[in-house]
Amino acid sequence: MAQIPTLAEEKTNSLASPAKTITLRIPKFNPATDSKKTWIDFQIPCQKWTTVLDAILEAKNYLDHSIAVRYSCRQATCGSCGMIINGRPKLACFTKISELDSDTVKVEPMNNFPIIRDLAVSFDRMFKTHKSIKPFVISEDSEITGKTIPLLQTPEEVDKYIQFANCIKCGLCNSVCPTMATDSSFVGPQALAQAYRYIADNRDKGKDDRLKIIDDSHGIWRCHFAGSCSQVCPKGVDPAMGIQLLRGYLLGFRS
Amino acid sequence: MSTVDENKEGIRGMANPTRYGIERLAYWLMRLSGLGLLAYFVAHIYETSMILKGKVGWDEFLVMTQTTEGHVILALVIGMSVFHTVNGIRVMLGQGGVGVGKPGRADYPYISKSQNYRHKITIYSAIVLAAIAMMYGLAVMFGE
Amino acid sequence: MRESHIMKIHYGTALAAIAFVAIHILMRMTQNFAESLEYESVIANYQYLPYAGMLEIILILLAIHGFNGLRTILIELKQGRMYEKAVSYGCVAAMVAVIAYGSRTIFMTSMGIV
Repeated sequence: MAQIPTLAEEKTNSLASPAKTITLRIPKFNPATDSKKTWIDFQIPCQKWTTVLDAILEAKNYLDHSIAVRYSCRQATCGSCGMIINGRPKLACFTKISELDSDTVKVEPMNNFPIIRDLAVSFDRMFKTHKSIKPFVISEDSEITGKTIPLLQTPEEVDKYIQFANCIKCGLCNSVCPTMATDSSFVGPQALAQAYRYIADNRDKGKDDRLKIIDDSHGIWRCHFAGSCSQVCPKGVDPAMGIQLLRGYLLGFRS
Repeated sequence: MSTVDENKEGIRGMANPTRYGIERLAYWLMRLSGLGLLAYFVAHIYETSMILKGKVGWDEFLVMTQTTEGHVILALVIGMSVFHTVNGIRVMLGQGGVGVGKPGRADYPYISKSQNYRHKITIYSAIVLAAIAMMYGLAVMFGE
Repeated sequence: MRESHIMKIHYGTALAAIAFVAIHILMRMTQNFAESLEYESVIANYQYLPYAGMLEIILILLAIHGFNGLRTILIELKQGRMYEKAVSYGCVAAMVAVIAYGSRTIFMTSMGIV
């Protein structure tokens, strides 16, 4: 006779992390109706593995349904949940509360992005600057006219640009950039890193076009290599490296 | 036409040297030293034009500048010049793509290659050299 | 003028200024600090034409580098077509004014018109 499977008996697991309670501080702000932010504290239980996004959703689901927050994949792939966490731009889904070493977690909307409401910001400007650098491979060969040709690349050729292709457009770099803190017209580290991504791609023939676009008084020359963009990038894109390598083309260090 | 508040950090954000490593501090010191040196440059051009007033005018002006405050300001200028020069060379080379690392496949924990020890050591060296130059300047000025 | 040309001038003036300012400082250090500031020493330095020429070069290099740096900072602080034009022309005017004033000192002193 076959053994009837039973559920394993629930035992106390000595490795389970004890729950603790943290204070999650969220700003409530609707630019259409409010003149300033109102800070609200929520007491949220958390485990060793609880992320900031988990805590925010806990507050949203059970304590205040009106909290506006953008999120999607919960695995640092979509770039939706960028916000300032305890003073530093991070992805909320990728930041564990336990690594913050603080019982108070203060979240704020990203700087240098217009606030829609609470923690949700508008990405219009970032998408506009991203589009302005022509973020696509420019190649006559890419036009399908009868016979399509595969655009082959060696692993070495791919390595030249692949790290910059990891960009998930989370906007953390733009949020932390000291130039973007005051310059509304600056293209931003995200767009500049993407410009390098395409210029470094040997399939692309649009180098001169893109260099002309960024050779502007609010283009690449407003980057001063503070490097903060690379410090906060969650995907290892290292925009500062891309921008300096890109500048090498304009200064004549590279051709 | 409605204006959207861009939620910019403003000068406080631009001028904040903390939270993002020594490179951000170097950016801030570079701006500060640049403005300080420009102010000193303009003042120095004015100061040296006193030579046209003859020996009396020149000596009168020297009485104003060869004071404790004047020496301290000059020491600060020495420090700012050294830092601005050394860090400026680092920034110029970095902006040409020198010492920023080579692109490659990024892997967790995604340490940025551009924020490497070469640049950090150069920044610390610039600060140390500026301090040494300031101390030398003070020794020369106050030692007499 | 394209921004890349302006920045190449900015870097070029910086590199050249390092060399010339180093010479200027070393020249001051050939004498005792207080002695080097005496009226007769200063006049003698100005009347040594290669040194006066070098001072003129430093004046031009640093004026260009300094005021271009100021222009960069100012256009990052606030944007707008009129503001940026005003800042650019203002910095060029300040540059020219400082160069003119400093050149007056150098020429008059080196030619003995004091």
